[in-house]
Amino acid sequence: MSAKNKKDKLRKAPLYVLLFSLAIWMLGVASGEPNMVLQQAVQICLSCIGIG
Amino acid sequence: MGFVRKWVQIVFGFVMNGYWAFPFTRNIYQGPLKVICAPGLNCYSCPASTTYCAMGALQQLMAGIRFSLESGQYYLGGSILGSLGVLGGLFGRMVCGWACPFGFVQEMLNKIPSPSFSVPRVLRFCKYFVLVFMVFLLPLLVVDEFGGGSPWFCKYICPAGTLEAGLPMLILQPDLKSTLGVLFLNKFVIMIMFVGWSIVSSRPFCQTLCPLGAFYALFSKVKLIKLRFDEAKCTACKACHPVCPMGVKFNESPDDLECITCLKCMNQACKFDAIYLEIGGVSVGSRRNLAPVARENV
Repeated sequence: MSAKNKKDKLRKAPLYVLLFSLAIWMLGVASGEPNMVLQQAVQICLSCIGIG
Repeated sequence: MGFVRKWVQIVFGFVMNGYWAFPFTRNIYQGPLKVICAPGLNCYSCPASTTYCAMGALQQLMAGIRFSLESGQYYLGGSILGSLGVLGGLFGRMVCGWACPFGFVQEMLNKIPSPSFSVPRVLRFCKYFVLVFMVFLLPLLVVDEFGGGSPWFCKYICPAGTLEAGLPMLILQPDLKSTLGVLFLNKFVIMIMFVGWSIVSSRPFCQTLCPLGAFYALFSKVKLIKLRFDEAKCTACKACHPVCPMGVKFNESPDDLECITCLKCMNQACKFDAIYLEIGGVSVGSRRNLAPVARENV
């Protein structure tokens, strides 16, 4: 195998990572997590900003 | 390419902080876009923020996980970790270099003429400690009498929160001043320290304490878009060492966890095409075959 072919060999690892991440994301979405995140994100987190 | 990167950073900064009605509403954005994960470190209590901060959301989730489990809801952070996983799998720490507003702030501060100091390499490990303990374990395990935890990183460290949210909210809602105490003083001192440190060192917060950078660093070897190193072309001139904002010696550690793929080493330093960009294993460019316009803007 030439150096050029070696260099351009497709990597599959990113695909696996993306598929795995998408699967986790879908599980989270299916459990209704985004609603909870939204509820948190629309409130001012006083302890987060160092107040209260 | 440096010019392009700067504009990408500005655009991301505005997109993530695109709620400009806050001077009139005197409150944060509360619309549906806040269900989207911000790629960079951007406090969701920032009045202009349109997205949620993954680190903040993870801590809140860990802090309240007992309540959700007791009520039969299995909120284990899948949507947040999945979003971060997709971003990490695609870009890794390239997000830090191209899309993080707080990284951009540090870069701008570093342009102020001053003596220059490198960040001690041993401090880079602190951010993994912060990620494991202050984002996951302490919010999960240290609970009050009611069973609720605290967002430790946000509460005690995050200078982005103080700068982007704490100070603006104090201006917008002056009543909050009566609640200021040791907590705010602690965070304010940390913020001032990092602002000062950013003037004399490059991206000190990214290098030492950022848990989001630590998370993205885990994807360093498997991310889709990455810089690669051709050892056969390297002359060991070390020109790539001083240009790196993260202190990476690229020819010595091409898969370095600190690399934010800013492309400075490829565009500004290496004249021998020993550093090139690849997507999924396919080489897409090096200094020599960059578009002329982009090269002029380096």
